[in-house]
Amino acid sequence: MTNNVTVIKPDNSWFPDFSELRAYSDLFYFLVLRDIKVLYAQTVLGFSWAILNPTIQILIFTLIFGRVAKIPTDGIPYLLFSTVAIVPWTYMSNAMNGASQSLVTGQNILGKIYFPRVIFPLTPVIAKLIDFIISMILIVAVMIYYGVNVTSQIIYLPLFLLVMIAVPIGIGLWLSALAIRYRDVKFAMTFAVRMLMYTAPIVYSATNIPDAYRFYYSLNPIVGVIEGFRACILGTPLQWQFIWPGVIASLVLVVTGLIYFRKMEKVFVDVI
Amino acid sequence: MSSKPAVSVENLNKFYRIGVAVDKSESAVAALGKFLRSPVSNYKKYRSLYKFNDIDLEAIAAGNRPLPDDVIWAVRNMNFEVPRGEVLGIIGHNGAGKSTLLKILSRITTPTQGRVEIRGRISSLLEVGTGFHNELTGRENTYLNGTILGMRKKEVDRVFDEIVDFSGVEKFLDTPVKRYSTGMKVRLAFAVAAHLEPEILIVDEVLSVGDAEFQRKCMDKMESIGEAGRTILFVSHNMPAVTRMCNRVITVDHGSVVADGAPQDVVSQYLKSGQGKSSYAEWPDQASAPGGDIVRLRSVSVRDEKSDIAESVDIRRPCFVEIEFDCLEGGHVLLPSFSLWNEEGTVIFNAVDIDPEWRGRERPVGRYIARARIPGNLLTEGTMSINTAVWEWAPRRRTEFLHKDSVTFHVVDNLDGDSARGDYIGNLRGAVRPMLDWSTDYAAK
Repeated sequence: MTNNVTVIKPDNSWFPDFSELRAYSDLFYFLVLRDIKVLYAQTVLGFSWAILNPTIQILIFTLIFGRVAKIPTDGIPYLLFSTVAIVPWTYMSNAMNGASQSLVTGQNILGKIYFPRVIFPLTPVIAKLIDFIISMILIVAVMIYYGVNVTSQIIYLPLFLLVMIAVPIGIGLWLSALAIRYRDVKFAMTFAVRMLMYTAPIVYSATNIPDAYRFYYSLNPIVGVIEGFRACILGTPLQWQFIWPGVIASLVLVVTGLIYFRKMEKVFVDVI
Repeated sequence: MSSKPAVSVENLNKFYRIGVAVDKSESAVAALGKFLRSPVSNYKKYRSLYKFNDIDLEAIAAGNRPLPDDVIWAVRNMNFEVPRGEVLGIIGHNGAGKSTLLKILSRITTPTQGRVEIRGRISSLLEVGTGFHNELTGRENTYLNGTILGMRKKEVDRVFDEIVDFSGVEKFLDTPVKRYSTGMKVRLAFAVAAHLEPEILIVDEVLSVGDAEFQRKCMDKMESIGEAGRTILFVSHNMPAVTRMCNRVITVDHGSVVADGAPQDVVSQYLKSGQGKSSYAEWPDQASAPGGDIVRLRSVSVRDEKSDIAESVDIRRPCFVEIEFDCLEGGHVLLPSFSLWNEEGTVIFNAVDIDPEWRGRERPVGRYIARARIPGNLLTEGTMSINTAVWEWAPRRRTEFLHKDSVTFHVVDNLDGDSARGDYIGNLRGAVRPMLDWSTDYAAK
């Protein structure tokens, strides 16, 4: 018999209880596993979709923006330029979509059993990493094709990987908590994701932005991730003054997301 | 082992805010204006559902302030303790606050005020099969479901073989559960829940869902857990089961604990009060009863052949629906009627009073009881609810009242073999279960 006491009372804490997450780590693991296994269940191509999806997008962008519109890319071949951006972007948009709908799709469980609610938006963010890892093959393939030499800047890649994961966590916390009450989120999401894509330097280069606006532009954390990926992998100059704002913005997003999520967590079940 | 109670509830309160009725627009212009402002007003409306800043809940809880119209006080100043090893029955009619209490205890929702202390792992048979995913295999679902119910992976590992044995699905362990029959799925889900070994178990209405075999398994499991000295909170409308299994029973009414004591005493007091039966509803106060100047509803009941109010009806036997109403003004032709709904919200049938004695005849002032006989071997197992209405046919055609969910009752099949299911004990679907005449032509080859 354990003697652990659970106290249930009106809760006014600001943050989710992270120590509790440890007790539920196995559940978290199985939920992530479920998301991974279920995603490509009953498909013929299975995990190939993780490659096929970004490939098609890269080819379309290369054709339209590279060949037809001839967007300047600081001398980098357009295929290389866009691949390095689209792979992390595909992950971020998938993870954001999954995380923001996580509470709505999980409301069945939500109303029946307790476990730390924050697990809901975190699960797709982690599960989609598998797709991301698989689609890294694309980056490697394109690098080999163009004979890109890896520079020492690659050591900063883990930082950008962390920001890449932090952005969907922050946005997922905010939007999942909003979506459970305002179903508008689902409709706004498709549109918002597309907007986000064009606000970030995915199809074009950030150097096209006038210097006077570069700081405000780089407050968008997605900008930092994309620019960072390019710099680390292709060896373009790492302009830290335009990367820190995004890193800090993503941290703010996660912290405020946690606070908002915690605040809403107490009333989810009552307003489903 | 500590001697402190397994569960202690102190001054527990839970308030809900329900949506407020929106005022209707007078003109098209006003309606257009309202439509344009609707995002703002919708936002305010949703926000108000959980914000209580504008009202003084402390004063309301202390009884110093009236409760606003749009606020529901689901749990009111509840105080009770459950000693370790006790089987506590919780009874009360639908909407009394039992489910909200359980939701707070299982941490699904938070209390507005007060405090609960739980010593030990709590789990609930309500959650059987929660999180089962059709695309995953039996093995994967066992682990997923087990961890959702609060087990660690290691604990699932330890009881995995027992779960598989108990469920009898070992051949299909690596098959996605979407290819399982309903029965197999339920068996596997129950096997996982049964091996959870919680220190405190919540059982809510389990006896009214699932097929008979499943219910029996739940009861057996509950009894074995109770005998093992674990604490059980048992919520049920099945009074014989409550009396038999519990050490102590509390009655919840309007969110408060109104009775607490020995099972026989509390249950008999509850049954005597009449409101304990979901198959009996009464409106003693004519002014607030459904209806108007011509007709007022007085009571609705479901009765067995002995004319006793029946919570549960034997599937093979007829039962009676009685609508008692007062006619306050003579000279109207009235049609009492009711509709029967199943748990899925499907209307099974509508019935209108065709008693030849009163058909087309103006009714004088007085009290009437309209009684309809529902034959045996017609309804299927499950919980049925009844909407009642009295229509006026002449001189005007109009609805005097329509009252929804007036009463509910259960239809049970006790598996003696002489009902329409014969010897089959699995789950039988369908909205009705008539007894058909079967015959066989046989030719030896």
